[in-house]
Amino acid sequence: MPWTKRICAVLALALCGCATSGGNPADPLEPFNRAMFSFNDTVDGAVLKPVAQGYRSVVPGVIRTGVSNFFSNLEDAWTCVNNLFQGKFEDGAEDLGRFIFNSTFGLAGIFDFATGAGFQKHNEDFGQTLGKWGVGSGPYLVLPLLGPSTARDGLALLVDTQADLVFRIDGVPTHNVLYGTRAISNRTNLLDASSVLEAAALDKYSFVRDAWMQRRRNLVYDGNPPRQKEDDDEDSR
Amino acid sequence: MKIMKNWIMKNRLLIFAAVLLAGLAQAQDVAPDVLVKTITQDVLTVLKRDKDIQAGDSKKVAALIDAKVLPHFNFTRMTRLTMGRNWRSSSPEQQKELISEFRTLLVRTYSTALSSYRDQQVDFKPLRAKPEETEVTVRTEVKPSGASQPVSIDYEMEKTPEGWKVYDVKVGGVSLVTTYRETFASEVKERGVDGLIKSLAAKNRQGDSAKSGKT
Repeated sequence: MPWTKRICAVLALALCGCATSGGNPADPLEPFNRAMFSFNDTVDGAVLKPVAQGYRSVVPGVIRTGVSNFFSNLEDAWTCVNNLFQGKFEDGAEDLGRFIFNSTFGLAGIFDFATGAGFQKHNEDFGQTLGKWGVGSGPYLVLPLLGPSTARDGLALLVDTQADLVFRIDGVPTHNVLYGTRAISNRTNLLDASSVLEAAALDKYSFVRDAWMQRRRNLVYDGNPPRQKEDDDEDSR
Repeated sequence: MKIMKNWIMKNRLLIFAAVLLAGLAQAQDVAPDVLVKTITQDVLTVLKRDKDIQAGDSKKVAALIDAKVLPHFNFTRMTRLTMGRNWRSSSPEQQKELISEFRTLLVRTYSTALSSYRDQQVDFKPLRAKPEETEVTVRTEVKPSGASQPVSIDYEMEKTPEGWKVYDVKVGGVSLVTTYRETFASEVKERGVDGLIKSLAAKNRQGDSAKSGKT
């Protein structure tokens, strides 16, 4: 399928030839990444962001929440499997409960009753599972259109794509509509965050990279990462 | 009666000092988690009530942050941590400018974040720290309306003579200090400390013009 092939091609491109070292040891592919980042940023500014803004101003909040919930519910199934992979059976059971509950009473996930009923949503994917199994993140990698990732998470994305329930639904047109809607819905949820990013970042590229690497590490450790050395105060006080 | 009055007159400075100290002691006694909770709730109450802020008055948000939030931050330590090794090689004047520009940038960022506040609910986690500790992490969780997954906001705090102060904020595990550290380091490496100060100042001015022009 083209999706998978595209990711493979980029990974291959990124992992061989063009590795000229920048400053950051976690980002040996910086020149490639920067180019891809600015490409993504241009596409986002020209297409995705305006569409998301339009979507937010035209579509009522209740419907947007419903759409967002629908896709979030589909994620829960794969989250459940990943929690089981990681040996977190309680979390996995909770995810399964969410998925069954919301798929039925929540009308195919449009309503998220499970959260209100005390079933907590989790954030898991195959990249995190690999991380839990001890696979290091590898170099930072900006994927075309998909954005920030790492070598590990990029490869894991191939597995995530295969397991994606949207991917399992038959019919190419249906696929494309669902992929498109999901992308717009996800981008809309990020509109506020991206305006904070604009306000905060001196250099948007490195800001996103450094935030992303911390975020992924935090997710792998489920919110409680061990303290890193550089967290410590350099000066004695 | 007269003796009493005389005594008060003679010792009014002492009495004044005692009252002042009692006040200070009270501020110090506030536990870090209680402090975070009080400030958060104060700020959220204003945000919910104030129609100007909801309409996007960023000056008013900045004023709110200035009055309620900033007194509880230790910007010197925050800037020093972010600068890392480069802090010691900066002159006192440079350090002063760095602190002030970094502070402005953070206030802007925080204002932007707060102006998009809708009806999120904030949960305060119980503090896991011993009473004698001088460095604690206060954990909170923000539940965005719509999405069901909460975002954690953790405050790294230290005990100072003026009460507990925040020196780093972690949003979803992403530390403000750590995220800026790389940017600062590469800026200093390429253009020196003065170059970094200039970049920060330029970023802060750019925020000014963007605010009047864009939405």
